[in-house]
Amino acid sequence: MRKFVISAVFGAVLAASAVVGSAFAAGDAVKVEGQDWSFSGVFGKYDKKQLQRGFLVYKDVCAGCHGLRQVAYRNLLEIGLTEEAVKEYAAEFEVPAGPNDDGETIVDGELLVRPAKLSDKMVPPFANEQAARVSNSGAFPPDLSLMTKARMNGPDYLYALLTKYEEEVPEAFLKEYKEKHGEEFVLPEGMSFNHVFPGYQIAMAQPLSEESVEYEDGTEPTLENHAKDVTAFLNWAAEPELEARKSMGVKVMIFLLLLSVMLFALKKRIWSDVH
Amino acid sequence: MADTASTAVDDNGTEESRRDFLLLATSAVGAVGTAAAIWPFVDSMNPSADVLALASTEIDLSPIEEGQSITVMWRGKPVFVRNRTADEISKAQAEDSAAMVDPQKDGERIKEGKDNWLVLVGVCTHLGCIPLGQKATDPKGEYGGWYCPCHGSHYDTSGRIRKGPAPTNLPVPPYEFTSDTTVKIG
Amino acid sequence: MSDVQWKNPVVKWVDERLPVFSLMHHSTVGYPTPKNLNYWWNFGSLALTCLIIMIVTGIFLAMSYTPHASMAFDSVERIMRDVNYGWLLRYLHANGASMFFIVVYIHMFRNMYYGSYRAPREMLWFLGLAIYLAMMATGFLGYVLPWGQMSFWGATVITNLFSAIPLVGDDVVTWLWGGFSVDNPTLNRFFSLHYLLPFVIFALVALHLWALHVVKSNNPAGVEIKSEEDTIPFHPYYTIKDLYGIAIFMIIYLAFVFWAPNFLGHPDNYIEANPMVTPPHIVPEWYYLPFYAILRAFTADAIIYIPFGWFFITPKLAGVIAMFGAIIVLFFLPWLDTSKVLSAKYRPVFKQFFWIFVINVLILGYCGAKSPTDTLFGIKLEIVSQVATFYYFAHLMVLTPLIGWMEKTREVPNSIAAAVTKPTKTEEA
Repeated sequence: MRKFVISAVFGAVLAASAVVGSAFAAGDAVKVEGQDWSFSGVFGKYDKKQLQRGFLVYKDVCAGCHGLRQVAYRNLLEIGLTEEAVKEYAAEFEVPAGPNDDGETIVDGELLVRPAKLSDKMVPPFANEQAARVSNSGAFPPDLSLMTKARMNGPDYLYALLTKYEEEVPEAFLKEYKEKHGEEFVLPEGMSFNHVFPGYQIAMAQPLSEESVEYEDGTEPTLENHAKDVTAFLNWAAEPELEARKSMGVKVMIFLLLLSVMLFALKKRIWSDVH
Repeated sequence: MADTASTAVDDNGTEESRRDFLLLATSAVGAVGTAAAIWPFVDSMNPSADVLALASTEIDLSPIEEGQSITVMWRGKPVFVRNRTADEISKAQAEDSAAMVDPQKDGERIKEGKDNWLVLVGVCTHLGCIPLGQKATDPKGEYGGWYCPCHGSHYDTSGRIRKGPAPTNLPVPPYEFTSDTTVKIG
Repeated sequence: MSDVQWKNPVVKWVDERLPVFSLMHHSTVGYPTPKNLNYWWNFGSLALTCLIIMIVTGIFLAMSYTPHASMAFDSVERIMRDVNYGWLLRYLHANGASMFFIVVYIHMFRNMYYGSYRAPREMLWFLGLAIYLAMMATGFLGYVLPWGQMSFWGATVITNLFSAIPLVGDDVVTWLWGGFSVDNPTLNRFFSLHYLLPFVIFALVALHLWALHVVKSNNPAGVEIKSEEDTIPFHPYYTIKDLYGIAIFMIIYLAFVFWAPNFLGHPDNYIEANPMVTPPHIVPEWYYLPFYAILRAFTADAIIYIPFGWFFITPKLAGVIAMFGAIIVLFFLPWLDTSKVLSAKYRPVFKQFFWIFVINVLILGYCGAKSPTDTLFGIKLEIVSQVATFYYFAHLMVLTPLIGWMEKTREVPNSIAAAVTKPTKTEEA
């Protein structure tokens, strides 16, 4: 048993070293403050009311520039929206209707379209990257379907990004920047200052502020709440399987612990004549 | 096989039976775990959420005039939607009691009050060919409905098999009228 | 093999024509195993467990995956969102790769600690290294398939290594790509090979096990089996021990799958491949990091590069040679190790150097993960990785033979039975 403990410790150290190595791999991203999310932890679950508020923020603020192309309209039923509401929302968008009976996809120079259905993927605001850049003075608003997985500590980072804008570059920052880099920090025309975005300048103007969106459930419409809700919603969009995953994990672990204890007892018994 | 070792292990009978129980219990738990682990793999081959989402189709009936048919795709198969003429309806009803391979009344194959609308899965029940009869120029068979060119099955104006090798009538898919002019299939 | 008499007539009938039952009996009940194997010897069966999990999850994932440059990324997302339990299959597969490498690395270090590569087990060791090489290739090919940013740029960087080959390098790279950059033809062939290689690994594993059953397991004492007293049957003793090990392993593995499925991955791979934008930090998967550090250590001004310079070898080619050399040199280990004693248990000096070597490999891994301009204990990683690269080869090619000649080893027990029954003072320590 002593030997086993030593072995296990060494194994763990080796594994941990490898793990630390990969964790460091992310490089020198700015550290962001950890937030308290309902979906983090072993038993984490989404707060459906929060997801619905987050969807509202996405719909009213983000959706103008950012798509959610991996999410289908039918998925929105999972956060507790009614079928009617989702159908109505989907019908606001148009998708290519395919060839008509005469085999045409374009009639009088117009693409044949139909309203989107539940089974369609959410329609992005721009047809392609070029169109997006033209409408956003050269910047490309990325698709948000996987945003919380595509950044280190995704949800914390996203929350920090949305709340750490400054209208003016702070004096303290300018001083610190000069000490560290030996040159002045200059904010180019058309860019906004952000504490956590790489390079401290971001093409997206501060998207959220107090009362950006009207909440119907009595939640305070503060900047922090908006940011938190929309981040939770985007995390759901990126990891819709999270609840199923964690709850299955708990069951599997209970089972494996039981099985391990039984196997260990059996091993002891079988080996009792050897040592 | 574990017994080979156990005989050498201990002379004490109770020790041995306790181990046998432990072996049995552990094997049982292990077997349950293995069975449970197999399910996700099996289930991953079942229709996925996006496939199921396409499992129902809504059809606008308004452009289909009397005596016309359209063919729509539903779950990868053709579905015949026919706006029957009064003649076809009365013929189908009149023959309700005729000798048939798969006896069924016309009234069971349509929605009440929508006598003119016949919705069928357009796959011959013999070996899966698609019967002719949708276009005005198509042969419609001896009973005025559909005719399968592969092995000569004749279907009547209610889609019932009347002659030929097919064993059952053309099936009616689950559908409902969501309004006077739209049906939702599936 | 014909020493077993089968009672069941069906079994008897089959066995006389194809002795599968005798083979199974021979390799389990009839297989004598040293009685003193510790838990480090569990990692062989764990590696086989990993291989099976990888092949099974891989086959089911392939049913829903589309190997096309414009659809691969979305098809993986469809697996994650729409396919029943698709997220489970994919996370099992992605984390399974990491677990497979952890298990194999521990298996290899165990082998090096107890001298398992030494005569008569050289062939066993060669086959193991062949499996390891095939795993590296498979892992690399598989990482390209989701067609994320790291997939694409990892494929670009690694295939470009071959451009270091003199004269034909560029043509080889074009051939590997099937075009003039990593693109759809590359993805197609990578998928094909990624599906093929695991079965090659499986065949190599069969040979590895065959070789094992010929020469028998080494053991912590490092002395050969001399009498029946030294052994116990593999079944039930080691079957139950291996099963227990597998259960513990599953707890660790599945904890990652259920609660930290992307911890060992890289966030950039959730951004679809974009040939116009390179991510700020390109890092291979963690299991290649030590070799990646060796590759990068050879800069024009590095002292370790000087001997290559005499032969007009470019720093780029030197790095590639050293990286492959780091594995090639392991094939010579059975002869580089000159000690009469196998197990580090009785080799006080080698034992120390073994652990220094392990730490050195971990430092190389750290260097591979970070940018060369970062620091470790205030020293630039560029320098650290050059020293660590030098030490890696020095340990294997210089220190290992030297220690073998000069070391005063402890007394080795006469037999495995003696090692178990009369623990010496050295063993207690």
